Amino acid sequence: MTAEPTAEDTDLAEYVLRLGDDALVLCQRLCALVTRAPTIEEDLALANIALDLLGHARTLLAYSGTLDGTGRGEDELAYHRTERQFRSALLMELVPGDFAVTIARQLVYAHYSRLLWSALEKSSDATLAAFGARASREVEYHQMHADQWTVRLGRGTAESRRRMQAGLDLVWPYAAELFERDALVDRLDAAGTAVAPARLREEWEREVAAVLDEARLTLPKPAWQATGGRDGLHTEAFAPLFAEFRSVRLQYPGGTW
Amino acid sequence: MCAGIERPRSDLFICEGTATAAVLDEGVVDGVEQLNAHFEALLAAGEQIEPRDWMPDGYRRMLVRQVSQHAHSEIIGMQPEGSWLTRAPSLHRKASLLAKVQDEAGHGLYLYSAAETLGVSRADLLDALHSGHQRYAATFNHPALTWADTGAIAWLTDGAAVVNQAPLCHTSYGPYARAMRRVCQEEAFHVRQGYDVLWSLCQGTPEQKEMAQDAVNRWWLPAVALMFGPPDTVAGGADDRTAAMGAAVSQRSMAWGIKRHTNDELRQRFVDNVVPQAERMGVTLPDPAIRWNEERGHYDFSPIDWQLFRGALGDGSQCARQRLAHRVAAHEDGAWVREAVDAYAAQLADGELESVELDDEGRRVS
Amino acid sequence: MSERSARVLTPWEVFIRPRRGLAHQHVGSVHGADADMALANARDLYTRRGETVSVWVVRSDSVHAASPSEKDPFFSNAAHKPYRYPEHYIPLNEESGHDG
Repeated sequence: MTAEPTAEDTDLAEYVLRLGDDALVLCQRLCALVTRAPTIEEDLALANIALDLLGHARTLLAYSGTLDGTGRGEDELAYHRTERQFRSALLMELVPGDFAVTIARQLVYAHYSRLLWSALEKSSDATLAAFGARASREVEYHQMHADQWTVRLGRGTAESRRRMQAGLDLVWPYAAELFERDALVDRLDAAGTAVAPARLREEWEREVAAVLDEARLTLPKPAWQATGGRDGLHTEAFAPLFAEFRSVRLQYPGGTW
Repeated sequence: MCAGIERPRSDLFICEGTATAAVLDEGVVDGVEQLNAHFEALLAAGEQIEPRDWMPDGYRRMLVRQVSQHAHSEIIGMQPEGSWLTRAPSLHRKASLLAKVQDEAGHGLYLYSAAETLGVSRADLLDALHSGHQRYAATFNHPALTWADTGAIAWLTDGAAVVNQAPLCHTSYGPYARAMRRVCQEEAFHVRQGYDVLWSLCQGTPEQKEMAQDAVNRWWLPAVALMFGPPDTVAGGADDRTAAMGAAVSQRSMAWGIKRHTNDELRQRFVDNVVPQAERMGVTLPDPAIRWNEERGHYDFSPIDWQLFRGALGDGSQCARQRLAHRVAAHEDGAWVREAVDAYAAQLADGELESVELDDEGRRVS
Repeated sequence: MSERSARVLTPWEVFIRPRRGLAHQHVGSVHGADADMALANARDLYTRRGETVSVWVVRSDSVHAASPSEKDPFFSNAAHKPYRYPEHYIPLNEESGHDG
């Protein structure tokens, strides 16, 4: 029998689930792009990033299942929840448009996640700290990839510049959700277990502004901000994404994989 | 020659035509006959041919065709499994499949690089693929209909590829052999992971086992027939005349050390590998003629005659069109990106560094 | 656009130091419009299995090469100089021919 989880473990389980769901859903979107990239080299690069994100999702989901006292494994959590139980930010599920949209999303997420994983290295929770140390090094490459592409597309041709700016304008309203604060995050932050992402926002803005500056693109000033993912209130794009994700598993109940 | 000497490597990219020109200009050897004699002597000594060596046009053409077809097959071969990346039934399987599909992209790139040392550009090769002027393995014109197909493809077609490719690690053209050594090293896990996928299904519910058997039924013929090419011996199922024709092509290729074995020899080796694996897993290979032949020391199986071979091709099928359309769409959708890359590089061209270095943290040093 | 002349197709040679203490070794080539892109591509292509300490990329047209033919006078001075190699000398110990 597992002991009833403490209040802090329950909090942490929810926090870790959010981060794991972010990585999982973004990985799913990238998986769909492999074989469709502008160059074969880029198929390879996107697959590389997707693999790292999948690794993060697996660690985080498994840890969440340990913390919440249910003992659910990574697959149980990934495949056997309902749409409303997913905690990913809406940014991750956005339907991929052209390559510029993909890069814009990567830019937003890579800088955010690098800052977050680095900050988590100092978590008082040993598991999260170890995870932060590993993951921050991996996403450093994701960030480099996104930065370089943003600059190339921003400064390439008139068309690439227009598309890159449109991509940024499209994804930017979804960035704010990553930095949202709520009571749960504040409690964990105060305890030193987690980092309230709101504390990373300024640094994130400085970093992405510098990249956009080098790319000669305009920092979008969105007129609205998406929210709801942390409460399981997703966009209509989520259900089809999830249906595809678990379609095989659903058809073979009780199967071994 | 002293052992251990580090000789400069010459498998560098060479622009069209310079390979022969360089040697001729230096006056090291003159006259095509002498060049050819030198080339044949290298082959006879079991030495490998390198990009700057003179080589007969026929050798170059045969290699360009084979290496680029091989590269195209890796790239198109990403599709049947790639379409299951979003539907893998566990996160562990998703990771393995991602790594595998990624490897295929990598193998395509190794091979395109090897082809480029022969004086062709990847842009030309991709154009030839997209326009249908160059082919890829017709195996991949078969649809991957269920999750079990990812297992069957990796076990059977990659298993066949490994049998084909192992001898190519010693093929006579240096860059091709080196690319193949990398490919073979990395491909070790592909076959195993495919077998593992099917194994798990066979251990699962009756419905899962049925899915596995169905996939094996559909992928057996594409693997055993198409991955090894048409029959080139009478024993392999060709009539005398066809066998002679097939053998002529094989022999030319073998004389040049590009190929090392006949199609039918390799096919037999594959069948010998796979039959016991199928038995152990509990799936039935869809060929009633398969049985151990004590006398030959091999498994008998239905000869892949021309009728069977053509039937397996699936030329012009809906799936074949789909594969090419998918590839062309990706390329065309990416045109604006490649143009941007070009334009940006042109802006950077002034004062561009000739080389840069990454440290072990992946950061740029220079 | 003519992709044939495109910079995105510029070839670069890739050299990898597989372990500390070893020289960089040529492993193959990649395409890249600029050095950053070539490095990123080289990393993705040649270091997927994490066996690398460092990577160099060098534009293929910056490599000056000579014919590898054994007959090539450029290399002839490397042959017939056994005194460059330890095996040429009396072993340091009796068990082996190597001075290990």
